[in-house]
Amino acid sequence: MHVDLTDQYHHLDSRIHELDPRVKVLVAVAFILSNALLPDGSWIAFALSWMILLAANELSDLGLGFTLKRSLIALPFALVAVSAIFSPIGKPLTVWDLGFVKLIPTDAGLIRFLSIMLRSWLSVQMAILLVATTQFPDLIHALEHLHLPKTLTTIIAFLFRYLFVLSNEVFRVLRARDARSAGLPGVKSGGNFSWRIKTTGSMAGQLFTRSYERSDRIYQAMVSRGYTGHIRTLNPHRMVRADWLVLAAAAVIIVLIQLVGWIR
Amino acid sequence: MYAPILMHIPDGFLTIVVSLIFWAITIFMVSLAVSKTNQTLGEKQIPLMGVMAAFIFAAQMLNFPVAGGTSGHFLGGALAAIVLGPWAGILVMTAVVGVQGLLFQDGGLLVMGANIFNMGILTAVIGFGLYRLVVGRSRAVRLIMAGVGAWLATMTAAFLTSLELWLSGTTRLQIVLPAMLGVHALIGIGEALITVAALVYIEQTRPDLINPEKTVQEGGRGWVVGGVLLALAAVLISPLASSNPDGLERVAENLGFLSSGVGPNYRFLPDYTIPFLGDTSLSTILAGIVGVLVVLFLTILVGRRLSKPKKV
Repeated sequence: MHVDLTDQYHHLDSRIHELDPRVKVLVAVAFILSNALLPDGSWIAFALSWMILLAANELSDLGLGFTLKRSLIALPFALVAVSAIFSPIGKPLTVWDLGFVKLIPTDAGLIRFLSIMLRSWLSVQMAILLVATTQFPDLIHALEHLHLPKTLTTIIAFLFRYLFVLSNEVFRVLRARDARSAGLPGVKSGGNFSWRIKTTGSMAGQLFTRSYERSDRIYQAMVSRGYTGHIRTLNPHRMVRADWLVLAAAAVIIVLIQLVGWIR
Repeated sequence: MYAPILMHIPDGFLTIVVSLIFWAITIFMVSLAVSKTNQTLGEKQIPLMGVMAAFIFAAQMLNFPVAGGTSGHFLGGALAAIVLGPWAGILVMTAVVGVQGLLFQDGGLLVMGANIFNMGILTAVIGFGLYRLVVGRSRAVRLIMAGVGAWLATMTAAFLTSLELWLSGTTRLQIVLPAMLGVHALIGIGEALITVAALVYIEQTRPDLINPEKTVQEGGRGWVVGGVLLALAAVLISPLASSNPDGLERVAENLGFLSSGVGPNYRFLPDYTIPFLGDTSLSTILAGIVGVLVVLFLTILVGRRLSKPKKV
């Protein structure tokens, strides 16, 4: 769960930034889908995918290492996949006898683990690139164009708009708690367990009622400014030739990567 | 800073088949939620749900110490469903999980269907279902059941996450299941207590927002059935699952299609050759060109559809 709520968008003027957000969403999803479709152990195809990613990094003027630096996000989850190394399918490589348990890594297990990590690593980088080159309101608008129900996209738009407002409320509330539970350095401050629970519950409840009442004021304010049910944007998002070319090129490249991956 | 709630599954950890299955269920439930909320709630409710979604997102930053030096985080699915009603709760949590995945890469894009189901839909069904069961009883009973529901919702979500990872061949069940259930048993207690404490506060300050009549209107007894069944299933199956590893491996072999990569099922261009040309390099190249042309054709079709002028 992210505490870093800084804006993920990096404002630049690259060809990729200019692309229609629908294209970027579709290409990102297709890339991730392509990774998932590639069989375990198709190293050349994974390498090709990575090169496409690097090219996209470069074309977006963000620098070759941009997504690489931020790609360690999924690392803690890697622990989950470690046990795949010891799956019973495949040829055993060695035996690690730890006394209370015998661990037997297999070749298929190792290939599977590495493939999972590669897929995850490549996919998260593409997702990072997507939000770095697309402003979130445009992203929501693209989802609307792609036929996500308006109710849902409007909720997401409000979420984004008020997330930072409410996060500040949370920080305020947390600061208030800290200010009222001061203690000497090295000594645990605050009260006992039930105090903590009651306090956290009150904070959550307070936040809820403040948010609820705020939403009422927000709605009245919007209605008085002409809100009729959905959020309109000035940008009509028209697909131009460059968008179609990129879409077609991406399709071709992904098909080729799949061919490379599936032909042994 | 990373929370020990390892429930946001990243891309690559679930196979296509498992991802698609849960996408199908999620799309169905979310579409239903959209149409239900459109029917029963006015347009005023969309800003409400949006701000509530922001609230849940922000509230997930409230941390509480669990054991040792780690801290647990509030999930909020059960609270959202109890206070806003199950359908609105599902939409709110869908938005939260969606933004976490899209904007902050907390959870993948392809596996988002599963993430939304685990953290948004499952928690709503169990949280609301169990609360609805005792909605006519005294305040104490309702609050206790809300807490129990929140705990069970967290545990069932952890259980299902482990199941999904195992079905995809990413982990071995006897390793991941006890770990997930163990950690979330503690986190679930925090979730339950915060949910109850928040409900107490809300009932005191805004009794118009949460009261038995309103709850009965928001969801019928079907939710009770669903919630009870899912909770029971999780409670009964998890101890069986963690204690019978060999039986599980056999099941895994039988369900092999779920964990292996999707093979080319349709023999349209078998082994990338044109059938009558046989296994020559020319036929492979031609097959490749055919494949590319098909994709281009589909893309252009989709493009035509997308470029229709939008009716305002």
